[in-house]
Amino acid sequence: MLEMHNISKIFRADLIETHALRDFSLTVNAGEFVAVTGPSGSGKTTFLNVAGLLESFDTGKYLLDGADVSDLSDDERSRLRNEKIGFIFQGFNLIPDLNIYDNVDVPLRYRRMSAKERNERITSALDLVGLSSRTKHMPSQLSGGQQQRAAIARALAGDPKFLLADEPTGNLDSLMARQVLDLLEQINEMGTTIIMVTHDIELARRAQRNVHVVDGQISDFKSYETRATESFAAASAR
Amino acid sequence: MIGYYFRLAFASFRRTPGLGILMVLAIAVGIGVCVVTTTYFHALSGNPIWWKSDQLYAVTLDNWDPTEPADPARPTLPPDQLTYKDAETIWHSDIPKRTTIMYRGYGIISGDGVNGPLKPAPATTRVTTGAFFPMFDVPFQYGKGWSDSADTAPEPVIVISHELNQKLFGGIDSVGRTIRWNDTPFRIVGVLAEWEPQPKYYDLTTGNFDSPEDLYVPWKWGETLNIASDGSSNCWKIQDITTFQGFAQSECVWVQGWVELPNMLARSRMQSFLDNYTNEERKHGRYQRPQNNRLTDVDQWLKDQKVVTSDNRVLVGLAFAFLVVCLINTVGLLLAKFLNAAPLSGLRRALGASKKQLFLQHMVEVSTIAGAGAVLGLGFGALGLAGIRALYAMTATSAHPTGAASLMYLNVSSFVTAVTLAVVATVFCGLYPAWRIGRLQPAAYLKNQ
Repeated sequence: MLEMHNISKIFRADLIETHALRDFSLTVNAGEFVAVTGPSGSGKTTFLNVAGLLESFDTGKYLLDGADVSDLSDDERSRLRNEKIGFIFQGFNLIPDLNIYDNVDVPLRYRRMSAKERNERITSALDLVGLSSRTKHMPSQLSGGQQQRAAIARALAGDPKFLLADEPTGNLDSLMARQVLDLLEQINEMGTTIIMVTHDIELARRAQRNVHVVDGQISDFKSYETRATESFAAASAR
Repeated sequence: MIGYYFRLAFASFRRTPGLGILMVLAIAVGIGVCVVTTTYFHALSGNPIWWKSDQLYAVTLDNWDPTEPADPARPTLPPDQLTYKDAETIWHSDIPKRTTIMYRGYGIISGDGVNGPLKPAPATTRVTTGAFFPMFDVPFQYGKGWSDSADTAPEPVIVISHELNQKLFGGIDSVGRTIRWNDTPFRIVGVLAEWEPQPKYYDLTTGNFDSPEDLYVPWKWGETLNIASDGSSNCWKIQDITTFQGFAQSECVWVQGWVELPNMLARSRMQSFLDNYTNEERKHGRYQRPQNNRLTDVDQWLKDQKVVTSDNRVLVGLAFAFLVVCLINTVGLLLAKFLNAAPLSGLRRALGASKKQLFLQHMVEVSTIAGAGAVLGLGFGALGLAGIRALYAMTATSAHPTGAASLMYLNVSSFVTAVTLAVVATVFCGLYPAWRIGRLQPAAYLKNQ
C-alpha cells in the first residue's frame, strides 16, 4: 500500500516559489491500477517522483508499503527504490551502450544478487515481454514498442511491488501503445500495483481508478470517463 | 561490483573515445615529464654510498691565499683538495679507521695480453692508498686490493677495472699476470667487478659523472715514478715548481683526502687533530686564513660541491607544476564528460543506485583513465630518458666519458613515482567530478533523456 498524507513540495529558484504539490493526499491499495491525469504543469510528474523516492518533499507524511520514508537516508531510500519500485518512462530511458540483457541487469546489479539469480530474473522478465530473442540487441536496433517492453522488463526484473509509469505510451503509435497497455494490465493482474501518469484518455479509461491533479492537488476521485460523460451532457443541455 | 564498474568504464570510454584519449594523454604527458625530471634529478643527486655516508668524510683544510677565498662564489668553503704534504700528514694519523689519499695520474700500459703483446695505450690511473677499496666498498671480481705496507714500499702490485680486464684478457681471472705501467712491471692482484658510482663522489674534480679509472696503483708509486696529477691542480702562490718533489712541497692542492670515522668521538678527535695540525703549521707561516678545517660527510659533500644545481630543482618544480596544469585540464574534461552523461547517472539513481555507488562507479572510471595515463606516461618517460641518453652520447668523448647516461633508465624509483603520481592524479582528478555527479537530482534528467 502507498499512503500520502498532506504532502507539499515547493520548488525554489531565486525569489520564485512554485508549489508543485499542495496538501496532496492519496492512498493506493496493493494490486490497484491507478491512472493519474491532469494538465501539463499540474504536478503529476512531481507526484510520481516523490512516490518513487526520487525527490524529497517539504511537509506531510508518506508511507510506502508501511514504511515511513520521511527520514530515510540516501542509502535507505535507494535500497527501498531498488527493491520495491519499478520505473517506466516516456522516453524508455534505456542505456544506449548496453545491450538489452545488460539494461535489464542494471537494477539487479545494485541488489548484489548472484549471477545465477540475476540471469534467471532477466530471462524470465524478457520472456514475459516477448523479447527473449533480442537479448544481445542494442536499444538502437529495436523499435519504440520493443524498447518500451525492454524498459518494462527492466522494471519487472527486480520483482517490485509498485510500478510507476510516466506517460509510458507517449512516444508510441496507437498499435504499440495498445500492446504496452495490454502488457501493463497483464502485469497488474499478476499482483503488481501500477500508478500511471498519462494524458491519454483511452489509457486512463482502462485503469481501475483515475486521479485528476490540478495545481498540485487532487481535484476529485471521479473516473475520467464519468467526468467526460458529465461534460458532454452539460454541453448538450446548453 | 568493481568488475561491473570496470565494464561500465570501458563502455563509457567507447561512448566518447576522443575525450577519453584526450584525458589519458593529458595525464600521460604530465606524468611522463615528471618521470623524466625526477629520474634525472635522482640520478644527479643520488648518493652512491648512502649506507655508510655518515662514516665517510672528505677532509678539507683552508691553506689558501690570505687575501681571498679559494672559490669566491663559495667563500665559506676551503679548497676541495689537499696539498701533498697535508694529505700525507692525514694519512699517518691513527685516529681514522681508514684513510685514503689519492689523485688521478696518467699511465701508459703495455705487456702481454691474452692475444699476445699489447700495443702501448693510455689508461686512466688512480694513485691511491690501499684503504680505497675497503673504504668505498669497491667490489672485486677476482683477487683483492693491497696492504698498507704495499703503499709505502711501494710494491709493484696493481688493480685493474672490470672493463680493462675484458679488454686485455677477455674477462678471465688475470690475477698473477704482469702488465707494464709507465714501463714498470706490475703484478695484477685484483680485478674489480663492474663498478660505476655516480656521481663519482670521491673525486669530483674531473667531472661529477666521470667513470672510475682503469688502473689503481699504490700511493708511493707516484713519487717513485714522478707521476704527478692528471686531474685538477689548483695553486694560489707563485712558486717555482719543476719537479715532482717541488710540486709535492708546494701550496698547490691536487690530492683528495678521505677518512672513515665510525663514530662521533672519532670525528671529534679527528677534528681536533686537524685543528692542532694547522695551528702548528700557522707558526711556520702557512694557514694565514681563519681556521676552516672541515670533515664533510658524503651527503653534505655532494651539496657543497653543487653536484645538484638549483637549475635541476627548478626543473623538477616546473615539471610538477606542469603536471598540476595537466590534472586541472583533466578535471575539466572529466566534469564535462560526467555532466554530459548525467541523464544516465540519473537513470541509475532511479533504478536503485545510491550516491555512494555512483561515486564509486565514477571513481573506478577515473582510476582506469589514470591507470592508462600512468602506463602511457611511463612510456613517454622511457622515451624522454632515451632522448637524454642520446644527448649524452652525442656530447661524451673518450677523454671525458660520462657515466650519468647509465643512470637515465626507468627504475623502481621512477616506477613508484609514476604509480604514486597516478594515484594522486586519480584522487585529484576524480573526487570532485564524481562527487558532483552523485549530488545531481536524478528526477531532473529522467524526463529529458
